[in-house]
Amino acid sequence: MTNGKFSVIGQSLPKIDAWAKVTGETRFADDLVLPRMAYAKLLRSPHAHALIKRIDTSRARALPGVHAVITGHDLPRVKFGILPVSQDEEALCVEKVRMVGDAVAAVAAVDEETAERAARLIEVEYEPLKPLMSIQEALGNPDVRIHEYGDGPNIHKAVALQFGDVEAAFDGSHLVREDVFFFEGNTHLPMEQHAAVAHWGPDGKLTLWSSTQTPHYVHRLLGKILDVPQAHIRVVAAPVGGGFGGKLDPFAHEIAACKLSQVTGRPVKIALTREEVFYVHRGRHPVLMWIKTGFTTDGAITGMHFRSWLDGGAYGSYGVASTFYTGALQTVTYKIPVYKFEGARIFTNKPPCGPKRGHGTPQPRFAMECQIDKAAEQLGLDPAEMRRRNLAEPFTKTANHLTVSTMGLGECIDRVVEASGWREKRGKLPPGRGIGMACSSYLTGAGTAIYWNDMPHSGVVVRADRSGLVAVLCGATDIGQGSDSVLAYLVAEVLGIEPMDIRVHPADTDLTPVDLGSYSSRVTLMAGNAAIQATMRLRERIFEAAAKKLAVTPDRLAARGRRVFVADDPEKGMSFAEAVVLGESMHGVLAVPGSYAPPKRAGKYKGGGVGPSPCYSYSACVVEVDVDPETGDVKPAEVWIAHDIGRSLNPLLVEGQVEGSIYMGLGEALMEEQVFRKGVHKIPSMLEYKSPTTLETPEIHTILVETDDPEGPFGAKEAGQGPLLPVIPAVANAIYDAVGARIDETPISPDKVLKALELGRQGKVARVGPDKLPLFKFPEPRAVESAFGQPAENIAERPFGS
Amino acid sequence: MKVQLTLTVNGETRDAVVAAHKTLLEVLREDLGLTGTKHGCELGECGTCTVLVDGEPVLSCLALPVELQGRQIKTVEGMAEGGRLHPLQQAFAELGAAQCGYCTPGILLTAEALLHDTPAPSRDQVRLALAGNLCRCTGYTKILDAVELAALRMKGASA
Repeated sequence: MTNGKFSVIGQSLPKIDAWAKVTGETRFADDLVLPRMAYAKLLRSPHAHALIKRIDTSRARALPGVHAVITGHDLPRVKFGILPVSQDEEALCVEKVRMVGDAVAAVAAVDEETAERAARLIEVEYEPLKPLMSIQEALGNPDVRIHEYGDGPNIHKAVALQFGDVEAAFDGSHLVREDVFFFEGNTHLPMEQHAAVAHWGPDGKLTLWSSTQTPHYVHRLLGKILDVPQAHIRVVAAPVGGGFGGKLDPFAHEIAACKLSQVTGRPVKIALTREEVFYVHRGRHPVLMWIKTGFTTDGAITGMHFRSWLDGGAYGSYGVASTFYTGALQTVTYKIPVYKFEGARIFTNKPPCGPKRGHGTPQPRFAMECQIDKAAEQLGLDPAEMRRRNLAEPFTKTANHLTVSTMGLGECIDRVVEASGWREKRGKLPPGRGIGMACSSYLTGAGTAIYWNDMPHSGVVVRADRSGLVAVLCGATDIGQGSDSVLAYLVAEVLGIEPMDIRVHPADTDLTPVDLGSYSSRVTLMAGNAAIQATMRLRERIFEAAAKKLAVTPDRLAARGRRVFVADDPEKGMSFAEAVVLGESMHGVLAVPGSYAPPKRAGKYKGGGVGPSPCYSYSACVVEVDVDPETGDVKPAEVWIAHDIGRSLNPLLVEGQVEGSIYMGLGEALMEEQVFRKGVHKIPSMLEYKSPTTLETPEIHTILVETDDPEGPFGAKEAGQGPLLPVIPAVANAIYDAVGARIDETPISPDKVLKALELGRQGKVARVGPDKLPLFKFPEPRAVESAFGQPAENIAERPFGS
Repeated sequence: MKVQLTLTVNGETRDAVVAAHKTLLEVLREDLGLTGTKHGCELGECGTCTVLVDGEPVLSCLALPVELQGRQIKTVEGMAEGGRLHPLQQAFAELGAAQCGYCTPGILLTAEALLHDTPAPSRDQVRLALAGNLCRCTGYTKILDAVELAALRMKGASA
C-alpha cells in the first residue's frame, strides 16, 4: 500500500499517542484532579413519566461534607438541544420528567460517597403520568403528551419526500417486493464512562474538561444554557475513551458540574456510573421499516419506496437528522432511478436515541440488503452479481440529489468474492454453515453543520519556530480513531519531516481553531484538508526564504528527510530547522491557518441538508456463519471485507477502524439490544448487555481498495463507520444460506432462529420478523424531480497534488 | 472507619490511610495517584481495571486492599522497566492494538500473566485468556496480533 512518491502517507506507523496509551499515561477526564476539587452526583428520576410536584433539598444540604445542592431552579429556565429545531432538554428537570434517569437535582460534596448519600436525602414528590413505552402506545394515546411540540401528538418529526414517480416504476417492473423489517435499538457502550471537570474561576470565567466528541457544540450550547457569554467559556476535550456517537450531545452532568463549580467556588468533578451511561444513551434508534422495490428480470432496480418509524425516546437529540438518515443513503450505493421516502420519529418515555456509528443508516441498510438477497433468489441471480449490476455511477447525482464522486464498490465486491471463495461456497456448504453478502456506503463527513452558517467546518493552525518545532492546533478531538495522528502524518508529509517531530494539540476552545467535532466520519477529510492547506502555506513561506538563501526559485525546492533542498540537486539544501529560521527571519512569526468547508451540495428541498458529503466510502462484506439447529446459536466463523478508502493514509489505522466496525456490527447483528421493562432498562450492566468478547469475534480479513478521491486529503475517504453497515445484513443472509431461515429482525438471537426453524418444520414460512405496521398517515410528499444520472458538479480541483 | 495500609505496588512500598471499604481500584487511583488503572463498570464485569497480584490477574474493583498487604501488586505503570517498555507495550503501540486506550492497561496486564505462564500461546489460548476483557474499539484483532508478536519477541530474547 506504500507509494514511492510519499514518505509518510501510506505507511503503517504507530499512532503518535500510542506510547502514552500503552503506559497508562493518557489522562482521561476522570484522571484529572485539581486542588480543592469537589465531587458531584446527580439525582435521577425513578419514574418514566411524571410531574415534579416538590423537591426538598434541606436534608441533603444539612449533611456534613456537602458543599452545595442545586435543582433546575438554580439554572436559567431555558431549554436546549443539540439541533436548533429540537430545543427540548433541561439539565435538571423542573416541572416534568420524561424518562427514568432524567436528572432533577445535583450535589457537590467533599467526596463521591458523600455526594451520593446526600443525593439520596433529597426528597422529590412526583405525580406519575402514563408512561408511553412504544411507538404503538405513543401513537395510541394522543391525549398523553410527552412534549408539546412536534408534527403531531408524540410525533417528533414526520417527513415525506418523493423523487420521481415510483408507482409508474413499479408498474413496469418484472418483480416488485414489499418487505418489513425491525432493527432493535442498541447502545454505544464505550469503555470509558462519561466524566467532566468544571472550574468556574474567581475571574468569572469557566473552564470545562470533558470526555466529549463535540467540544465546539458543547462550548456553543453552554453559553445559552448557563446564560454567560461564550467568550468567557473554555472547553477542553479530554482524550475520549470510546465514543461511537455516545458523547455527541451536551449532557446534564456537564452542565451541573459547571453550575456547582460556580456555586461552590471550587473545581467540580463528575463521573457517571455504568448504569447512568446506559440511561444517557443517545444510541441506535429502534426502527420499524417497510421497503418496496421494483426489479427488472436481470435484477436492475427500477424504483424504491422506503418507510421508517423511529422510536426516538424522550428527547429530540439528533433525531431529526437520524430520521432523514434512515432514508438518505439508499441511493448512493445502487442505481435507483426514482425514489420515495417517508419517515417518522415518535417520542416515547425511554432514554433518547441519537447517533451511533452509522447514524440512522445501519437500519435501512439491513432492510435493503436483506431484501436484495431475497429478490436475487426469486430472480435466480447470484446476489453478488446482482449487486454488481446495480452499482451507482461515479461522478453522477442520485435521485435525491446526492453527489457520488469516486466509487470503488465494484472492485470491493470482486475482491471479497475472490477472497472468501464465494462462488465455491454459496449454497454448497454443509448444513448449518452458510455464507452471506451485503454492501454499503457512508458519508465522509456531513456536508452541512448542525447549525447553518458560512464559516469553516474545520480550522487548523500550524506553527513552526526557530527551535525547529512544529505544532498543530486543531479543534478536533481524538476519540481513539487516531485523528491526531492523521493530522501529524499529513503535516509531516507536506513538510518532509517525521510525525515524531510534530506535536498535535487537540480541542481547546481558547487555543485551537474551531472544528465541528468527531462525528459523521468527518475529521480525516475536513481537519485533514484544513491541515494540508495550513501546512502548504507554511511551506511556501519557508521555501521562499530558503530559496533566497540558495539562490534558486522556490518552485525548485522540495522537502523530505528533515531537509529542504533543490529537487534536482539534492546536495544543495539545508536542514528543516535551518529553513524555519530563515522563514521566521523573513516573515516573522510562523503560525499559519488553514480552513475547510465542504462543497455546498445540499439538494434544494427541505431535508436536502442530510446526506450530502464531499465523498462516500464503499464496503462489500462476506460473512460465513455456523448455525446450530439445536440451540439456534449463530457463530460467525470468518469475515471478509473490502473497503473503498479512497487512499489509505495509514493502513494500520484504517484496518483498525474496519475491524472495530465489523466487531460492532456483529454485536448488533447477534446480541446487542437496549430494551426496557416498565420504564426501566432491562439490562443496564456490561455483563447482561451482551457484547462480543474475544471468543465471539472471528478472524477478519480486511482488503483496502484505493480510488484516490479528489475531495479527500491525498485522496482519502472515511473508514470509521461505513464498514459496520454491511455486516448485519450479511450475517442475516448467511443464516439463510445456512439453514433457510429469514430473520428480519435484530438482534438475531437463538430464540428467533429456533422459532423460524420450527415454523419451517410446520410447513410455514421460516421467517421471524415484524408483520404489522403502525396506522400512520405521513404528510403529503414533497415532490422533487429525480436528479438520477445527472453529472456531478462542483467536484474539487485536487487542491493538493498527490 | 479508616485503616492504615502498607501496600507493595510496582515494587515500591506505599503507605495509605483509607476507608476500610475502599476497593483496590479506588486506592490505586485516588490515594496512590496511579490513574493508569481504569474503571469500566466497577462491578467486575468488563476487565478494564485488571491489575496483577502476585502475578495473577485480579479485578481491582472487586479487591479489598486490606487483604492484599504483603502481596506484590502490579499496575500498568509498573510494566516498563527503567524507561524501557515491556515487549507487550511495544507490540501494542506498533500494531495499533490500542485505539482509545481505555481498556489497554487491563488487557496488557492480563496478557503479561498469560505469557508468564504460557510463553508461546496459540491464538485460541490468547482469546481465552483475554475473554474477560472487553474492548469496544479494536474488534480484538490487533490485540491478538500484538500479544502473539510480543510472545515471539520475548521468546527470541530469552533464547
